[in-house]
Amino acid sequence: MGLFATLYHSSVGKKFVMGLTGLFLCSFLVVHLSGNFLLFKHDGGAAFDAYGMFMSTNLFIRTMEIVLFAGFILHLVTGTITWLTNRGARPEKYVRNDVSENSTWMSRTMFLTGSIVFIFLVVHLRTFWVASRFYAAENPSMYQLVRAAFSDPVYCAFYIVAIALLAFHLRHGFQSAFQTFGIKKQKYAPLIHLAGMVFWLLIPLGFISMPVYFLINP
Amino acid sequence: MNFTLKVWRQTSSAAQGKMVEYTASNISPDMSFLEMIDLVNLDLARNGHDTIAFDHDCREGICGTCGMYINGRAHGPARGVATCQLYMRSFKESEPITIEPWRAKAFPVIKDLVVDRSGLDRIIQAGGYVTVDTGGVPDGNVIPIPKVVADEAFDAAACIGCGACVAACKNSSAMLFLSAKVSQLALLPQGKPEREARVLGMVAQMDAEGFGGCSNTLACEAECPKEISVTHIARLNREFLAASVK
Amino acid sequence: MTLQSKIPAGPVQEKWDNHRFGLKLVNPANKRKYHVIVVGTGLAGASAAASLAELGYNVTSICYHESPRRAHSIAAQGGINAPKNYKNDGDSIWRLFYDTVKGGDYRAREANVYRLAQVSGSIIDQCVAQGVPFAREYGGLLDNRSFGGAQVSRTFYARGQTGQQLLLGAYQALSKEIDGKKVKFYPRREMVDLVLVDGHARGIVARNLITGALETYVADAVILATGGYGNVFYLSTNAKQCNATAIWRAYKRGAFFGNPCFTQIHPTCIPVSSEHQSKLTLMSESLRNDGRIWVPKKAGDKRNPREIPEDERDYYLERLYPSFGNLVPRDVASRRAKEMCDKGHGVGSTGLAVYLDFSDTIKRNGKEWVKQQYGNLFDMYHEITAENAYEVPMRIYPAVHYTMGGLWVDYNLMSTIPGTYVLGEANFSDHGANRLGASALMQGLADGYFIIPYTVGDYLATTSFPPVTPDHPAFKEALAGAADLTKRLLAVNGKQTVDEFHKRLGKIMWEFCGMGRTAAGLTKALTLIPELRSEFWKDVRVPGSAEDFNAEVEKAGRVADFMELAELMVRDALQREESCGGHFREEYQTPEGEAKRNDEKFSYVSAWEFKGQGAPPELHKEPLAFEDVKPSQRSYK
Repeated sequence: MGLFATLYHSSVGKKFVMGLTGLFLCSFLVVHLSGNFLLFKHDGGAAFDAYGMFMSTNLFIRTMEIVLFAGFILHLVTGTITWLTNRGARPEKYVRNDVSENSTWMSRTMFLTGSIVFIFLVVHLRTFWVASRFYAAENPSMYQLVRAAFSDPVYCAFYIVAIALLAFHLRHGFQSAFQTFGIKKQKYAPLIHLAGMVFWLLIPLGFISMPVYFLINP
Repeated sequence: MNFTLKVWRQTSSAAQGKMVEYTASNISPDMSFLEMIDLVNLDLARNGHDTIAFDHDCREGICGTCGMYINGRAHGPARGVATCQLYMRSFKESEPITIEPWRAKAFPVIKDLVVDRSGLDRIIQAGGYVTVDTGGVPDGNVIPIPKVVADEAFDAAACIGCGACVAACKNSSAMLFLSAKVSQLALLPQGKPEREARVLGMVAQMDAEGFGGCSNTLACEAECPKEISVTHIARLNREFLAASVK
Repeated sequence: MTLQSKIPAGPVQEKWDNHRFGLKLVNPANKRKYHVIVVGTGLAGASAAASLAELGYNVTSICYHESPRRAHSIAAQGGINAPKNYKNDGDSIWRLFYDTVKGGDYRAREANVYRLAQVSGSIIDQCVAQGVPFAREYGGLLDNRSFGGAQVSRTFYARGQTGQQLLLGAYQALSKEIDGKKVKFYPRREMVDLVLVDGHARGIVARNLITGALETYVADAVILATGGYGNVFYLSTNAKQCNATAIWRAYKRGAFFGNPCFTQIHPTCIPVSSEHQSKLTLMSESLRNDGRIWVPKKAGDKRNPREIPEDERDYYLERLYPSFGNLVPRDVASRRAKEMCDKGHGVGSTGLAVYLDFSDTIKRNGKEWVKQQYGNLFDMYHEITAENAYEVPMRIYPAVHYTMGGLWVDYNLMSTIPGTYVLGEANFSDHGANRLGASALMQGLADGYFIIPYTVGDYLATTSFPPVTPDHPAFKEALAGAADLTKRLLAVNGKQTVDEFHKRLGKIMWEFCGMGRTAAGLTKALTLIPELRSEFWKDVRVPGSAEDFNAEVEKAGRVADFMELAELMVRDALQREESCGGHFREEYQTPEGEAKRNDEKFSYVSAWEFKGQGAPPELHKEPLAFEDVKPSQRSYK
């Protein structure tokens, strides 16, 4: 705890927290997506429902869920504090500021993309997680739940936009974490770039494929 | 050439400022940006008006005194130069030129385009040195330093402390400035004994001054007149983590 | 009053050691009872402030910049000399001593120069220990390069930014002391007067450049490290804020001014291009190591330089000085460039430039090598001229760069006002009539790190200091005088701006007191300058208020001083009826056009005493004795 307090006390340390929690949340995306691929199995959702059952009853998974929530809240709270501090560091804005000349918009809008992803997450949890956890009796099949949700084009559009924003969030966030950890040697750069592609491109595409799948095959 | 300028005028740190329009006439493309302002000021002074206050000194890009936010960019549109090394050939007559001071809570405006950057000095005072008193040091060649290391340390040491990194950063962070010194002294054997206290002290001072934190937008690197690389920020982060863990 | 140079007796090699032993020490516990003000934070000022604070003195450091790191020492490019003989090329303290005395055309004090050469090795060690990233060889040892006026490689460098790195080293040492509360630092303050109590310096008056308020600072000794006065010429390689106000006001309080006419014109600057040019940019002399200087053999040849065949080029320095070639000292290189242009061989649109050509080096070592050595200088040239010097030769022309003259100091670096010390370019001491390249950094740091810490202690230990407060009448009088001066400047309310006057003064000085001087021209300047000065006081317009951040008020005070100093420079140049180093009187030259000294009559330091506003100053002479380096006609053939 002492180390955490030391880190959390400084701007650089908070960035470590952001990077660490960010990468941890990235690892969750991998697990989440790989499980979700069971949706594509042509068995009327049996495999996916079994997976859903496993995820909601397994003790290890339930424990990790708490860790995940904690990580998520830490990421969110730290991000918000950082954002507020950073905003406060420039009380008077420039009349003209050509920021696009020196940085990417994705790097500048982390709080915005993060916030929208957060709203999405609340809705997403309300739709799936809360439903499966607390109203399981009414909706015995997770698969049916997903299918129902993705039958609504508006919900799908919202989902796709949010995932796209998550992609932009990760486009900057993933490689940024390594800069924060001080891993910025030229020889690692291609590796980080490649791994980054997985997270900001492939994984979001994977998630987007689901509503698209259900829109095409209702 | 003739230009329309929109310049931030603010009589003192307490006063409200505003953009004021001026015309700069008969400007030669080979004139430096500061010489163009000199000319506007000459006109103002002749007519008994208060001249536009701006910081400048060596006018060859090394002292780090000048610094203006020109057309939305720290030190203007050209890369790798300070304001004094900017020439009017880089500007189009058709477009008005906006000139603003560096904006940061840690850089309060003193007057017009002049800001107080003493926060950067205090960051150095918080550990950006090697504690060695005059005299009693070994011969310069006692410590061999590989050329590549010396060169990299030099790349960091080339920082002129102008504050463009702070001005360009959306968070007004001084991380590039800070990292340049931390990195230089972390690379050299002379800086090793104090490396931990140095990085912790300097980061704490940066935060205390009201600079923001780094969010790796790399705007600082893009606008730095000495093109100091963000790899130095990465090194600072490593130094900071190593020092914190200890 | 006779000048007491206080040069110790004995052989030159032993003078400094013997002298140091003779100096009184201040007990470590007593050091904190003394208060020293250091004005200026360049190499000399920052190193002095840091070193004195380390010893335990209370130090107040002030400068007109916003930060100590902005001082113009930062712009020195080439390097710093030290006779380490790392290159095994026959260097020694004695050789550096010899080169510097000779380079100064036998108008410097032998004892001072020897001491400078003696401590210069320690400067390198000190800077390395501070973390200054000097250039290294692949084996990790320090690299050296050669420089003008020497045939050995003894110049230590940090790319083309040696001054910056050395200054940051001193700045960091100073920062350490500010952090330790042993130095109180006041930025954006300009010294406007020196305060004397019972004939001793006891403080200063400074103007707060943000509020315009006049502030008083009390101390037991005052150290002026305020740089040179090259900006008297308006166009120079000095930074825009460089000025003579601190030393000039000290002069008016009784400090003698030494050799004011000794000005260095640097040969490798970017030529003037327009009327509105605000300053000149120097490119390191180190370029002369690998660049070859030439002009077309035919006067008025306006062909593209690449179209001028080899046999139609005049590599005049190599022709005239086969053994030193392009590496002749600065004064010689500058004068020859002027001569070539005067004869119509000048190049570029103005005809006031010569070529500095790297094509042979690029052919020999490749473009990459040149880039590695001089990349930043080539970039700088490109920014300013929009020309690519890898493809076409650079155009260069001499420009005012350094002033060897300055306040007269004794061997302890104390001026004629007890308790007032003068360091670095602000004093006159070590460079004679011409400074060699890479010697300014050496002198600034020698004065600050290794000389003043000893000599100021002796003064403090041997002087009694009656308590003084800012309420003392001397402070009141100085404050009132400073306020009155500003008030008078603002009250003129004329039609011409300060800069317009400054430019006109500069033109007079460049024409009559620049690279070539004549009795007729100097005499003419002696009427032109007072005329301009009186016009200034009748017609200058200083807008705004004195109680504010106001650059026009700052400039007005400085130009008012330049107007007076210029006259003293001309007077000095006129009385020195010989040519030596940077002081070239056209009447006195050898048949080959070299400077012709007159050792019999002019082997002295001229030290001028202020005799009141409007009264002619009085000339004092400090005779120079050369016991170890016999004066000869300087030859670089």
